[in-house]
Amino acid sequence: MTTEILIAGFGGQGVLFAGKFLAYKGLLENRHLSWLPSYGPEMRGGTANCSVILSDDNVGSPIVSKPDVLIAMNLPSLDKFEKDVVPGGTIYVESTLISRKVARDDVKVFYVPATELAKSIGAPTLANMVMIGKFIRESGAVSYDELDAALKKVVSARHADLLEINLKAITTGYQY
Amino acid sequence: MSEKVLMKGNEAIAEAAIRAGCRHYFGYPITPQTELAAYMAKRMPKIDGVFLQAESEIAAINMVYGVSSAGLRVMTSSSSPGVSLKQEGISYIAGSDLPALIVNVERGGPGLGGIQPSQSDYFQATKGGGHGDYHLIVLTPASVQEMADLTALAFDLSDKYRVPAMLLADGTIGQMMEPVELPAESGCTVEKPWAVTGTKMQRRHNIVNSLYLVPEELERTNIERFERYAQIEANEVRYEKFMTEDADVCVVAFGIAARVSKNAVIAARNEGIKAGLIRPITVWPFPKKAIAEAAKHVKGFVSVELSMGQMIEDVRLACECTRPVSLCSRVGGMIPSPDEVLESIKKMNGGLK
Repeated sequence: MTTEILIAGFGGQGVLFAGKFLAYKGLLENRHLSWLPSYGPEMRGGTANCSVILSDDNVGSPIVSKPDVLIAMNLPSLDKFEKDVVPGGTIYVESTLISRKVARDDVKVFYVPATELAKSIGAPTLANMVMIGKFIRESGAVSYDELDAALKKVVSARHADLLEINLKAITTGYQY
Repeated sequence: MSEKVLMKGNEAIAEAAIRAGCRHYFGYPITPQTELAAYMAKRMPKIDGVFLQAESEIAAINMVYGVSSAGLRVMTSSSSPGVSLKQEGISYIAGSDLPALIVNVERGGPGLGGIQPSQSDYFQATKGGGHGDYHLIVLTPASVQEMADLTALAFDLSDKYRVPAMLLADGTIGQMMEPVELPAESGCTVEKPWAVTGTKMQRRHNIVNSLYLVPEELERTNIERFERYAQIEANEVRYEKFMTEDADVCVVAFGIAARVSKNAVIAARNEGIKAGLIRPITVWPFPKKAIAEAAKHVKGFVSVELSMGQMIEDVRLACECTRPVSLCSRVGGMIPSPDEVLESIKKMNGGLK
């Protein structure tokens, strides 16, 4: 099975970080994978996105142009990428920041007030990881076990104190 | 087998170079290759290596010239506009028969262009971007694993033939992360009796030079060099064939374009079109024989490139224009989608009916 994921939002929302976490989770599960960031001027205050592909087989093109999964962290991202999701795909909508509904009826949609949920656990910047938790729950694309092993790969040793709260954010999303 | 780690393509080049015994890096920052220089800046001081951010790309390539003259493994890296600046030095290094590794993580051009991925430096890399008759050994990685493996190979080939090598990558392969198994520690395995290392008053001094004012002598050096190029063309061509055996349409693509093309070939096969892919891993020497072999049974070729059509000329030459060759390309930092490649495959497949 191959899952092509596009995570998109504002620069600063931890879009690349969330993608990196999924990539490392895949690595630890011996999956084939790729992680490709958008890079360039659009990262300064504009939109940032990253493509993650998890597969049981070799990954072809690392560019996700027709995502199976879109995680939209802000309205411009939903506006830009909603049409690209494959029919039957899934869209995760950050519903604290995005007030509109998904227009398409051929995709599965989960509305997650991730920013609000993140605030409620005292970690307002971790909406990204809340979304990841919900994504793991609904997709089963990676396992819910040994989250800390993957987190340790992305949270630098200098910020080891943030491991616990990241884990809590994922759990919060998973349970939502 | 060593453990797989997740790395960016640019970082994989740097780590592989260090493992290949490179302890001298000279460069100047430029997107999208900066992670390479950053990695070297962090690691080199810890392993008694030299990282030096030169005052310009021109200075950096001439520092490479100097270190290589002393017989040591050395490299520089940049992206398209910076590699243009290095061309004079590259010509001198080639003219002095020195090994070196030059990395080009290409971005769109010409001029300052943009910072998004491109393959439009193909002519510059394969036809000699500087003055004079010379070639580089040009390797084109299509994955983070190949960024590492081909770096090690580039040093080996460059040492063996005394010909500078270039790793011709693009912004996508440089920026993406994939699991990579890093190559084992290695180093130079050939003798370098020509190196300028001090005579200790025990031998005649060596001279590293590209200036020959006597025409007969300069002609001789050129001919001798081309004899080595002929050996490289005979022995060092590398490519990957994918579903070409019974192919009616053969796609030719390298680097990121080959990754996209592979998806398109699979999609074409799913629709009953016999498509295949030849992926050059060396673009100089170019896999001419593989193309000529495929020309015997395909209807035509599709050259997929992130340029206005540069490699297509080599594909046409290799099949001696016995088959039509079409171009599928995007430029300026755009990348063709698998659908666009599929469309070109279909056109070529139907075109001769």
